[in-house]
Amino acid sequence: MIWVRAIVLSALLAGPVLAGEIPPDQRRSGYTFMGPETKAMQDDDSVNPGMLFVLDGQTLWNTKLGSADRSCADCHGDAPESMKGVAARYPAFDRTLNRPVTIEQRINLERTQRQGAAPLAYESHDLLALSAFVANQSRGVAITAGDDPALKPFVEQGRALFMQREGQLNLACANCHDDNHDKHLAGSPVTQGQPTGYPLYRLEWQTLGSLERRLRSCMTGVRAKAYDYGAPELVALELYLMSRARGMKMETPAVRP
Amino acid sequence: MAALINVPPKAKRGDVIEIKTLMSHIMEPGYRRTAEGSILPRDIITSFTCRYNGAEIFRADLFPAISANPFFSFFTVAKESGKLEFEWIGDNGFSATASASITVE
Repeated sequence: MIWVRAIVLSALLAGPVLAGEIPPDQRRSGYTFMGPETKAMQDDDSVNPGMLFVLDGQTLWNTKLGSADRSCADCHGDAPESMKGVAARYPAFDRTLNRPVTIEQRINLERTQRQGAAPLAYESHDLLALSAFVANQSRGVAITAGDDPALKPFVEQGRALFMQREGQLNLACANCHDDNHDKHLAGSPVTQGQPTGYPLYRLEWQTLGSLERRLRSCMTGVRAKAYDYGAPELVALELYLMSRARGMKMETPAVRP
Repeated sequence: MAALINVPPKAKRGDVIEIKTLMSHIMEPGYRRTAEGSILPRDIITSFTCRYNGAEIFRADLFPAISANPFFSFFTVAKESGKLEFEWIGDNGFSATASASITVE
């Protein structure tokens, strides 16, 4: 029958099924899934352990280093002004490298190119402290990452990775975080995977961690081989997740169980 | 090492006040192993003390099961204006101090 064929054809032309994606008004920060004690820990800056890293980051911001003997503050001045809203639009497109870079990669590019200093290792205390300090200046700012038209193919790549099944458990990110975020996994809420508070203090980690660390532990969880830190796939996933959370407010440093 | 101290800046004489402290420390318990099988040596804070105008009002011993970046919350009576001093002592010569002032009316 022609009309049946027409429906099938139009369904095919419409591309991948989008039914699982979370409508913008139903998006929820991981904060809303937490118990009252953990919320209280995030809300009070004198109790939030992520603030220890922000304080260290503030010291590093003002420390002169490298062959240029220059601090972040020497060029960028007062962070509460110059860095407000910056983390909310990262990963951002770098026109020299012709690809998106994360806030951690930006810090290391600045170190090597402008300060003449060695790059910091991923998940090292100093890199987490600096990225937490920078991202903390955007607390309360709405996420705008992915708005740059040059980022479109990278957002698409990230989205495809998010939808792609992988690992021995053969699960895509979307299977949990789009389709089953209202359910529990071993007693813990699954959550929507909205990256509003990175780098964040995870009680399980006993330290601050980046979004890449979180993504890598999810990949290990589905028994897939995790991409290396800084891999283009992880950056694309981070970019897609940030664009998926567009308009949500930054919380850095968040606390999560 | 960064520390976060929360002491009310002002209090009425006789008020019960809450003091909160958070100290940066990895609190490596000494039981974990590396991927190669060698033990990660213990590196923890072992003692925390709070003095109020020189008099000790709170002391705690810390052990390997206590989490990284240990947090303490305790109460005292606001008796007089002055200074609260905090001291953390630990393995490998770790020592850190912090202080906060309070005005009692």
